[in-house]
Amino acid sequence: MTRPTIRVQEAPFDLAAECAALTEGRTDTGGLASFVGICRADDNLSAMVLEHYPGMTERAITRIAEEACARWPLTGCTVIHRVGRLTPGEPIVLVLTASAHRAAALESCAFLIDWLKTKAPFWKREEFAGGGERWVEAKAEDDAAAARWSAPGDPA
Amino acid sequence: MRVLYFAWVRQKVGMAEEEVFPPAEVGDVAGLMAWLGTRSPGHAAAFANARQIRAAVNQEFATPDQPVRPGDEVAFFPPVTGG
Repeated sequence: MTRPTIRVQEAPFDLAAECAALTEGRTDTGGLASFVGICRADDNLSAMVLEHYPGMTERAITRIAEEACARWPLTGCTVIHRVGRLTPGEPIVLVLTASAHRAAALESCAFLIDWLKTKAPFWKREEFAGGGERWVEAKAEDDAAAARWSAPGDPA
Repeated sequence: MRVLYFAWVRQKVGMAEEEVFPPAEVGDVAGLMAWLGTRSPGHAAAFANARQIRAAVNQEFATPDQPVRPGDEVAFFPPVTGG
Protein backbone atom coordinates (compact mmCIF):
# COMPACT_ATOMS: atom_id res chain seq x y z
CA MET A 1 0.00 0.00 0.00
CA THR A 2 1.17 3.52 -0.78
CA ARG A 3 2.76 5.34 2.15
CA PRO A 4 1.38 8.87 2.35
CA THR A 5 3.60 11.91 2.82
CA ILE A 6 2.33 14.04 5.73
CA ARG A 7 3.72 17.40 6.82
CA VAL A 8 2.55 20.09 9.25
CA GLN A 9 4.57 23.27 8.76
CA GLU A 10 4.57 27.06 8.97
CA ALA A 11 6.36 27.48 5.64
CA PRO A 12 4.54 27.71 2.31
CA PHE A 13 4.49 24.67 0.02
CA ASP A 14 5.38 24.41 -3.66
CA LEU A 15 2.49 22.78 -5.55
CA ALA A 16 4.57 22.00 -8.67
CA ALA A 17 7.41 20.49 -6.65
CA GLU A 18 5.01 18.33 -4.62
CA CYS A 19 3.26 17.09 -7.79
CA ALA A 20 6.63 16.27 -9.35
CA ALA A 21 7.74 14.40 -6.23
CA LEU A 22 4.59 12.26 -6.34
CA THR A 23 4.95 11.18 -9.98
CA GLU A 24 8.73 11.16 -10.38
CA GLY A 25 10.13 7.84 -11.58
CA ARG A 26 6.70 6.21 -11.94
CA THR A 27 4.88 5.08 -15.07
CA ASP A 28 1.76 3.66 -13.39
CA THR A 29 0.08 6.98 -12.53
CA GLY A 30 -2.64 8.09 -14.91
CA GLY A 31 -4.15 10.92 -12.91
CA LEU A 32 -3.16 13.32 -10.19
CA ALA A 33 -5.86 15.22 -8.25
CA SER A 34 -5.04 18.25 -6.14
CA PHE A 35 -6.86 20.44 -3.65
CA VAL A 36 -5.35 23.67 -2.33
CA GLY A 37 -7.21 25.40 0.50
CA ILE A 38 -6.64 29.17 0.51
CA CYS A 39 -7.12 31.79 3.22
CA ARG A 40 -10.20 33.81 2.20
CA ALA A 41 -10.78 37.40 3.33
CA ASP A 42 -14.33 37.18 4.74
CA ASP A 43 -15.64 40.12 6.81
CA ASN A 44 -12.52 42.27 6.45
CA LEU A 45 -10.30 39.50 7.76
CA SER A 46 -6.64 40.53 8.09
CA ALA A 47 -5.12 37.19 9.13
CA MET A 48 -5.96 33.62 10.07
CA VAL A 49 -4.00 31.99 12.89
CA LEU A 50 -3.93 28.20 12.82
CA GLU A 51 -3.24 26.32 16.04
CA HIS A 52 -2.75 22.55 16.22
CA TYR A 53 -1.99 19.71 18.61
CA PRO A 54 1.60 18.66 17.82
CA GLY A 55 1.88 14.90 17.72
CA MET A 56 -1.83 14.15 17.57
CA THR A 57 -2.20 16.19 14.37
CA GLU A 58 0.36 14.12 12.48
CA ARG A 59 -1.15 10.89 13.84
CA ALA A 60 -4.68 11.91 12.86
CA ILE A 61 -3.70 12.97 9.33
CA THR A 62 -1.65 9.80 8.83
CA ARG A 63 -4.64 7.70 9.85
CA ILE A 64 -6.96 9.55 7.45
CA ALA A 65 -4.43 9.26 4.61
CA GLU A 66 -3.87 5.55 5.28
CA GLU A 67 -7.65 5.08 5.17
CA ALA A 68 -7.67 6.75 1.73
CA CYS A 69 -4.82 4.51 0.54
CA ALA A 70 -6.79 1.45 1.73
CA ARG A 71 -10.05 2.51 0.07
CA TRP A 72 -8.65 3.60 -3.30
CA PRO A 73 -5.79 2.15 -5.40
CA LEU A 74 -3.49 5.15 -5.00
CA THR A 75 0.03 5.40 -6.39
CA GLY A 76 0.76 8.45 -4.27
CA CYS A 77 -0.71 10.68 -1.57
CA THR A 78 0.54 13.92 -0.02
CA VAL A 79 -1.09 16.05 2.69
CA ILE A 80 0.57 19.29 3.83
CA HIS A 81 -1.22 21.51 6.37
CA ARG A 82 0.19 24.87 7.38
CA VAL A 83 -0.02 26.37 10.88
CA GLY A 84 0.71 29.79 12.32
CA ARG A 85 -0.36 33.19 10.97
CA LEU A 86 -1.59 33.26 7.36
CA THR A 87 -2.86 36.26 5.41
CA PRO A 88 -5.66 36.30 2.79
CA GLY A 89 -4.59 34.69 -0.48
CA GLU A 90 -2.04 32.40 1.16
CA PRO A 91 -2.43 28.63 0.75
CA ILE A 92 -3.39 26.74 3.94
CA VAL A 93 -3.60 23.08 2.98
CA LEU A 94 -2.52 20.83 0.11
CA VAL A 95 -3.99 17.42 -0.71
CA LEU A 96 -2.56 15.42 -3.62
CA THR A 97 -3.75 11.98 -4.67
CA ALA A 98 -2.43 9.98 -7.62
CA SER A 99 -3.85 6.83 -9.17
CA ALA A 100 -3.93 4.89 -12.41
CA HIS A 101 -7.36 6.37 -13.20
CA ARG A 102 -9.07 9.67 -12.51
CA ALA A 103 -12.04 8.48 -10.45
CA ALA A 104 -9.87 7.09 -7.63
CA ALA A 105 -7.70 10.22 -7.61
CA LEU A 106 -10.63 12.66 -7.57
CA GLU A 107 -12.73 10.74 -5.04
CA SER A 108 -9.89 10.14 -2.59
CA CYS A 109 -8.86 13.80 -2.78
CA ALA A 110 -12.39 14.88 -1.85
CA PHE A 111 -12.53 12.25 0.91
CA LEU A 112 -9.26 13.52 2.40
CA ILE A 113 -10.23 17.17 2.54
CA ASP A 114 -13.67 16.36 3.97
CA TRP A 115 -12.14 14.23 6.72
CA LEU A 116 -9.33 16.70 7.43
CA LYS A 117 -11.96 19.27 8.33
CA THR A 118 -13.58 17.05 10.93
CA LYS A 119 -10.89 14.63 12.20
CA ALA A 120 -7.63 16.56 12.42
CA PRO A 121 -6.93 18.73 15.50
CA PHE A 122 -6.55 22.20 13.97
CA TRP A 123 -8.27 25.39 15.14
CA LYS A 124 -8.58 28.64 13.21
CA ARG A 125 -8.65 32.07 14.84
CA GLU A 126 -9.62 35.00 12.63
CA GLU A 127 -8.08 38.44 13.12
CA PHE A 128 -9.84 41.48 11.65
CA ALA A 129 -8.58 44.79 10.33
CA GLY A 130 -10.51 46.62 13.07
CA GLY A 131 -8.59 44.76 15.79
CA GLY A 132 -11.20 42.15 16.75
CA GLU A 133 -10.72 38.40 16.66
CA ARG A 134 -12.83 35.26 16.87
CA TRP A 135 -12.43 31.50 16.78
CA VAL A 136 -13.93 29.85 13.72
CA GLU A 137 -16.81 27.58 14.74
CA ALA A 138 -17.18 24.06 13.40
CA LYS A 139 -19.85 23.80 10.71
CA ALA A 140 -22.58 21.17 10.60
CA GLU A 141 -22.18 20.97 6.81
CA ASP A 142 -18.55 19.89 7.28
CA ASP A 143 -19.74 16.97 9.43
CA ALA A 144 -22.33 16.12 6.78
CA ALA A 145 -19.70 16.28 4.02
CA ALA A 146 -17.46 13.88 5.94
CA ALA A 147 -20.34 11.57 6.85
CA ARG A 148 -21.18 10.90 3.19
CA TRP A 149 -17.98 8.83 2.96
CA SER A 150 -19.00 6.52 5.80
CA ALA A 151 -20.48 3.31 4.47
CA PRO A 152 -22.62 1.25 6.89
CA GLY A 153 -20.34 -0.63 9.24
CA ASP A 154 -17.36 1.70 8.81
CA PRO A 155 -15.63 2.42 12.11
CA ALA A 156 -15.30 6.12 11.17
CA MET B 1 -1.67 13.34 34.55
CA ARG B 2 -0.73 15.87 31.86
CA VAL B 3 -3.62 18.06 30.70
CA LEU B 4 -3.40 20.16 27.52
CA TYR B 5 -5.71 22.98 26.41
CA PHE B 6 -6.18 24.35 22.90
CA ALA B 7 -7.85 27.31 21.19
CA TRP B 8 -10.42 29.18 23.34
CA VAL B 9 -10.26 26.52 26.05
CA ARG B 10 -6.56 27.44 26.48
CA GLN B 11 -7.38 31.15 26.49
CA LYS B 12 -10.09 30.79 29.15
CA VAL B 13 -8.07 28.46 31.40
CA GLY B 14 -5.10 30.81 31.01
CA MET B 15 -2.47 28.15 30.29
CA ALA B 16 -1.57 25.67 27.58
CA GLU B 17 -0.88 22.71 29.85
CA GLU B 18 -0.57 21.60 33.44
CA GLU B 19 0.28 18.54 35.51
CA VAL B 20 -2.66 17.56 37.71
CA PHE B 21 -3.30 14.92 40.36
CA PRO B 22 -7.07 14.42 40.53
CA PRO B 23 -8.58 12.39 43.38
CA ALA B 24 -9.11 8.68 42.79
CA GLU B 25 -12.86 9.08 42.20
CA VAL B 26 -12.12 10.99 38.97
CA GLY B 27 -12.23 8.05 36.60
CA ASP B 28 -13.30 9.29 33.20
CA VAL B 29 -13.17 12.29 30.83
CA ALA B 30 -16.46 13.75 32.10
CA GLY B 31 -15.34 13.43 35.73
CA LEU B 32 -12.01 15.06 34.94
CA MET B 33 -13.77 17.99 33.23
CA ALA B 34 -16.01 18.51 36.27
CA TRP B 35 -13.01 18.39 38.63
CA LEU B 36 -10.87 20.70 36.48
CA GLY B 37 -13.75 23.20 36.45
CA THR B 38 -13.27 23.70 40.20
CA ARG B 39 -9.58 24.64 39.99
CA SER B 40 -9.88 28.37 39.16
CA PRO B 41 -12.34 30.92 37.78
CA GLY B 42 -10.64 30.51 34.39
CA HIS B 43 -11.11 26.74 34.49
CA ALA B 44 -14.73 27.26 35.55
CA ALA B 45 -15.34 29.59 32.59
CA ALA B 46 -13.69 27.17 30.16
CA PHE B 47 -15.65 24.14 31.35
CA ALA B 48 -18.96 25.94 31.98
CA ASN B 49 -20.53 24.39 28.89
CA ALA B 50 -19.05 20.92 28.64
CA ARG B 51 -20.99 20.16 25.47
CA GLN B 52 -18.91 22.69 23.53
CA ILE B 53 -15.69 20.88 24.45
CA ARG B 54 -14.08 17.86 22.82
CA ALA B 55 -11.41 15.68 24.39
CA ALA B 56 -8.53 13.41 23.47
CA VAL B 57 -6.86 10.81 25.68
CA ASN B 58 -3.29 9.94 24.73
CA GLN B 59 -3.77 11.77 21.41
CA GLU B 60 -6.92 9.86 20.38
CA PHE B 61 -10.36 11.51 20.28
CA ALA B 62 -12.28 10.42 23.38
CA THR B 63 -15.90 10.31 24.54
CA PRO B 64 -17.00 11.60 27.98
CA ASP B 65 -17.17 8.07 29.40
CA GLN B 66 -13.62 7.17 28.36
CA PRO B 67 -11.46 6.19 31.39
CA VAL B 68 -8.53 8.39 32.40
CA ARG B 69 -5.62 7.21 34.55
CA PRO B 70 -2.51 8.68 36.16
CA GLY B 71 0.13 9.11 33.46
CA ASP B 72 -2.37 9.80 30.68
CA GLU B 73 -2.11 12.82 28.40
CA VAL B 74 -5.58 14.37 28.22
CA ALA B 75 -6.44 17.30 25.95
CA PHE B 76 -9.50 19.58 25.87
CA PHE B 77 -10.44 21.76 22.90
CA PRO B 78 -13.34 23.07 20.81
CA PRO B 79 -14.62 21.12 17.78
CA VAL B 80 -11.85 21.14 15.16
CA THR B 81 -11.82 23.65 12.26
CA GLY B 82 -8.89 22.70 10.02
CA GLY B 83 -8.72 22.10 6.29
